[in-house]
Amino acid sequence: MSKRFLAAALIISASFSPALAAKTSLVIGMPIEPPGLDPTVAAPVAIREVTWANLYEGLVRIDQDGKVQPLLAKRWDISPDGLTYTFHLQSGVKFHDGSTFDSADVKFAFDRARAPTSTNAQKQIFAPIASVETPDPATVVIRLKETSGNFLYYLGWGDAVIVAPETAENNKASPVGTGPFKFKSWTRGDRVELVRNPDYWQTDKTKLETVTFRFINDPQAQVAALKAGDLDAFPNLSAPELFSELKKDARFTAVAGNTEGEIVAGMNNAKKPFDDARVRRALMHAVDRKALVEGAYSGYGQPIGSFFSPNHPAFVDMTAVIPYDPEKAKALLAEAGYGNGLSITIKAPQMAYASRSAELLAAMFAEVGVDLKIIPTEFPAKWIEEVFKNKDYDVTIVAHTEPLDIDIFARDNYYFNYKNDKFKALIAEAGKTTGENARFAKYAEAQKILAEDVPALFLFQLPKLGVWNAKLKGLWENSPVPANDVTDVSWTD
Amino acid sequence: MLRLILSRLLSLALTLVAVSLAIFLILEVLPGDPAAIMLGTAAREDTLAALRHELGLDQPALVRYFHWIGGLLHGDLGQSITYKMPVSTLVTERMAVTFPLSLMAILISTTLALPLGVTAAARRDGPVDRAVLAFSSLGVAVPNFWIGILFILFFATWLGWFPAGGFPGWSGSFWVALKALVLPAVALALPQAAVLTRVTRSATLEVIGADFVRTARAKGVDKGATLRRHVVPNALIPVTTILGLQLSFFFGGAILVENVFNLPGLGRLAYQALNQRDLVVIKDIVLIFSGLVIVINFLVDIGYAILDPRLRSRA
Repeated sequence: MSKRFLAAALIISASFSPALAAKTSLVIGMPIEPPGLDPTVAAPVAIREVTWANLYEGLVRIDQDGKVQPLLAKRWDISPDGLTYTFHLQSGVKFHDGSTFDSADVKFAFDRARAPTSTNAQKQIFAPIASVETPDPATVVIRLKETSGNFLYYLGWGDAVIVAPETAENNKASPVGTGPFKFKSWTRGDRVELVRNPDYWQTDKTKLETVTFRFINDPQAQVAALKAGDLDAFPNLSAPELFSELKKDARFTAVAGNTEGEIVAGMNNAKKPFDDARVRRALMHAVDRKALVEGAYSGYGQPIGSFFSPNHPAFVDMTAVIPYDPEKAKALLAEAGYGNGLSITIKAPQMAYASRSAELLAAMFAEVGVDLKIIPTEFPAKWIEEVFKNKDYDVTIVAHTEPLDIDIFARDNYYFNYKNDKFKALIAEAGKTTGENARFAKYAEAQKILAEDVPALFLFQLPKLGVWNAKLKGLWENSPVPANDVTDVSWTD
Repeated sequence: MLRLILSRLLSLALTLVAVSLAIFLILEVLPGDPAAIMLGTAAREDTLAALRHELGLDQPALVRYFHWIGGLLHGDLGQSITYKMPVSTLVTERMAVTFPLSLMAILISTTLALPLGVTAAARRDGPVDRAVLAFSSLGVAVPNFWIGILFILFFATWLGWFPAGGFPGWSGSFWVALKALVLPAVALALPQAAVLTRVTRSATLEVIGADFVRTARAKGVDKGATLRRHVVPNALIPVTTILGLQLSFFFGGAILVENVFNLPGLGRLAYQALNQRDLVVIKDIVLIFSGLVIVINFLVDIGYAILDPRLRSRA
């Protein structure tokens, strides 16, 4: 009797279940809530992970492979001297408030970003610009003061998206862009909701109707929310120790990709004993990168030997330049006059990867007679004050998450206190070189200099531990720029 | 009674002024520049200066303090640096989570603790007493966020009865919103209930042993009536003290539980603001938390006076 009742109930409930149309909603989890939704006035990665390519668009975009692709500019001409860029804009593009996008908006956005009152976190992108001219609504002419090999690439970043003069002021709280999704609501502390932009200029491009970003900081809570079905995807999970468990779960696709974050243990190159390249090399020889990745990030994360993202086409693997070799480390230390041991400190922020790596480094250094004392610090506030600004440290450890940021080793007064004129000249030259192959060759040379000179201990690339419903496709495996671009995401049934 | 209330109100106001000054001074010496945090490590010096000016951080400390206090007196809590919206709106939104959460936790904790404590005391050393003691020892030992994680694993991930975290907001279904608060409220309440049970039990035991209770029993009042009329009212004074302390804990201590359950409450707002050095939000929230503690203490003082007539005349 009861069995028959159960069967009947099942049949009834089955006949009432909705038709098997493909789902059009997506709920994405992120560890950190963005502070504001305007990537043109603040640096945090989380802002780009919600807004870039979803809400806002630039003249160009960076694709999954890190290459520059046309977006609001359908094509462009570069003058033979490399100083004049003429952009031909897409027609029929509208901002989310209904106003028309044209060359005046581009001029406004770039002039705003390079103005004296600008609070653009990457103002140097716009530094080469001499003028922005608008001969007609569909054309923008940008004249540069000097050639800039990466100019187009930088225009693909979140810092260079096009915003409208009428709405730019309020973009932090109610963003207005030209992207495939419109801002719907932001429940502070919990979620940001986007809806499909019906007037999007690339008609029928997107399959999703709604996209919700939910902010879950606790690693355990992230996994629980995925397993409970509250989330469809967590593109950058904070729990490496739980990742392999999710990998085995057939409900999910779990991919370990690369971010743009190089995890490096920066050294104070102006301070003894780090002013001696032999000491820096010795410490690099003391590090077993594989074991470090195993202990600090459950084995996910590609070891690096220099300061360049594996996502970038100009990347060269430099891990073999100074490999793990404790005997060599001891010999170099003895040669530098530290044969009887050396005592140094590391300022380690609270992030799990940083504090775990610091502990492992301390153990590895002990093997070669170096005593590494760990001093905990708070990131970002205290770290920026103590290490970054005041340079009051021996060794520290953070991930540098900006794409193509090898030039930080060429910057004056940067926290590494590293001075290498040859490297500096090379980076300046690379920046000006407009030919791609020639520029990439210079970047390869620059990577080699850093690998040999070790201004910082190059450890591993921060992985992007992506987990999403196995029926989802179109999410990025790597992040050549910080992003959760959902333009091409869809459900398979 | 009126004199007691007035004198307590005056000290309440003075405490608040002292607290506001202390908060401001502590944040002055706390390392961390909101502009540098907002603009990251690639920002140029002129950009940082532009943002500091925009945020008013380039003004002298005294000017900023009086600007803050002046705003507060007009009911203006200022604008959040990171969210770019009025702090009053943020706080009101978050109160809509933290306040009901704390209230539920208090209700759960007291409805559990008071009967359990009194019953255990009345049947001292019996099986009920032993069970209550065991439960309360466990409750005291286990931190609330860990109970939270266990609850999520069991009730949300495994059984699927409750959401694993997050808060849908009150604008939708009331019951769905309430359901999202059940696990966190219980996780928050259990350790507090354990403490309260132990205090209730020992306070009741102390009163049971008192001379006037023996006298009452000797006069022929039955056991239940003695308990209700003579023991419990007298035991309530130490219990009220603990409850008062716990009330402030519920508001402040919700931080960890809100984090585990990913609830957008005041605690998480404070935590996030501290991380981002959103000084405007931190100042306001710490002042609100302190204000709550001060007001609760005030109410507890008044509560004593109601419970114990002797305290009324002493003031």
